[in-house]
Amino acid sequence: MTTLLTKKSRKKITGRKVTLTISGWTIALIFLAPYIEMMITSVKSKAEILTIPTTYLPQHWTWSNYITIWKQLPLAQYLRTSIVVSLSATVLVLLLAIPAAYYVGRNRFKGRNAFLLLVLVTQMFSPTSLIIGIFREIIRFHLVNTWMALILVYAAFNMAFSIWILSSFFASIPVEIEEAAWIDGATRMQALRQIILPIALPGLVTAFIFTFISAWNEFVIALTIESSPAHQPLTVGLESLIGQYQVQWQYLFAGSLIAIVPVVILFAMIEKYLVSGLTAGSVK
Amino acid sequence: MTTVRKRYRVGALPWIGPAMAVIFLMVLYPAFEMIKTSFMSIDPTGTSHGFAGLSNYRTLFRNPNLTAVLERTVIWTISIVVLTVLISLPVAQILHAKFPGRRFVRYALIVPWAASVVMTSTSWLWILNGYYGVLNRILLSLGLIQDQKQFLGSQTQSFTWLIVVAIFVSVPFTTYVVLAGLTTIGEDILEASTVDGASGWQRYKNIIFPLLRPALLISMVINLINVFNSFPIIWVMTTGGPGYSTDTTTTLAYKISFRNADIAQSASMATINFGIILLFIVLFLKVSRWRDDS
Repeated sequence: MTTLLTKKSRKKITGRKVTLTISGWTIALIFLAPYIEMMITSVKSKAEILTIPTTYLPQHWTWSNYITIWKQLPLAQYLRTSIVVSLSATVLVLLLAIPAAYYVGRNRFKGRNAFLLLVLVTQMFSPTSLIIGIFREIIRFHLVNTWMALILVYAAFNMAFSIWILSSFFASIPVEIEEAAWIDGATRMQALRQIILPIALPGLVTAFIFTFISAWNEFVIALTIESSPAHQPLTVGLESLIGQYQVQWQYLFAGSLIAIVPVVILFAMIEKYLVSGLTAGSVK
Repeated sequence: MTTVRKRYRVGALPWIGPAMAVIFLMVLYPAFEMIKTSFMSIDPTGTSHGFAGLSNYRTLFRNPNLTAVLERTVIWTISIVVLTVLISLPVAQILHAKFPGRRFVRYALIVPWAASVVMTSTSWLWILNGYYGVLNRILLSLGLIQDQKQFLGSQTQSFTWLIVVAIFVSVPFTTYVVLAGLTTIGEDILEASTVDGASGWQRYKNIIFPLLRPALLISMVINLINVFNSFPIIWVMTTGGPGYSTDTTTTLAYKISFRNADIAQSASMATINFGIILLFIVLFLKVSRWRDDS
């Protein structure tokens, strides 16, 4: 009887496992589909792209598209803008968010709640909803067609998130560790740099990657204030291809994949922190 | 001990001041500037002609497209937020169970989350292309359609596809939130309920779902704000067109200022949008139980 039962339940479990596996892989296929199609199109020849009905796989795998694209488009220029702007914004965020988060995570002070509320509220603002105000401000400060405009906007809109996530990391580090260092004669800055930051490294990495990716993918602000190709990031530069008379889909998608692959790898690296990241400050 | 205390006495400003300055300069000041602009008279060159009272708002309310756009924004926001949750719940349940390749499937779900929404939308635009798109090819091969379809041909169809793409982009984050919730529930609670003889569905309805509710609420409010603000999907796939037929209030505000060069009227639309977002944020603070003593 017992053996019969276990046999039956085992059979049921395997059936369940097959269903699960099939559903799981179907989900993966659905969510990868647009990127698989991007990849396939990026290695088709120009002529093949315009056949009706379309081919599933390229007849000739035109890998040379990935070389030609650098000559056909100012891709190096777009890439440089994306890298410079995203990295600068990220560094600026960390430079300013670390001290703020550290102080908030360690001390009770007058105005602390007001500051936290300010941070939590601005975290929910997006540049899209304030675009008109930002646009007018950028004009007033003569920052149209500069990298500085993008760096400042991206830093400002990611500041709140980094402060939240870092302050919870700092608060979780026992204060005794630091006090020991102070007694040994370290200044507060030294203790922060040499003791606290290494312990809070996962938080720093998470804040870095989230800020970098959000700057890297930003579209509306860059579309609005950068009209010269020399200052356009990849998102805007590549999208300008769509408006053209004959869209060169193979180049558009080769360029898009060059933009997407690095950030997907970065995100996968912090998979563990993804959720705590996006809901930072809201779930305690 | 005294030295330790002394160190604590350094004021907060040097630590939090610089971060606050950037937030004030690039987030709060633009908000103020935008609201102010909505009450000004501004010509297409951007020159200001002084205070205009409520006239921009009056012009906006006379805009013949406004009612339809408002209705569409409500449909857009609610349908995407609700369907995203309905899809994410079972998807998370599957990704929580053990099966071969689960790790890969979880990574696959990260891709739409990390990738630029602009580029994802572009790929969908190409997949849905009425002549060269692969969806036409697939449906033809399966015999589901007889001739090529223009998926973005009519207003209803293209708006439906915009919603599909927006759900596609929102599901990964929501799934991950539910997944994190499932992980915290813990095997012992689930096992205890199995011993009690609860059936699968009962267990889900009475034990798992109530425990997921806080995480779900948070993700729904975050989605609400993101979807309401959503710009790139609509802009890349239809530019809100033809005409204004697939616009939401967010893309309409953009169009009025950067196509029709009426920045003041656009500012009044954007200010109304901003007010709605502030309401959502109050909801967010309530849901996340933000307290003064936290």
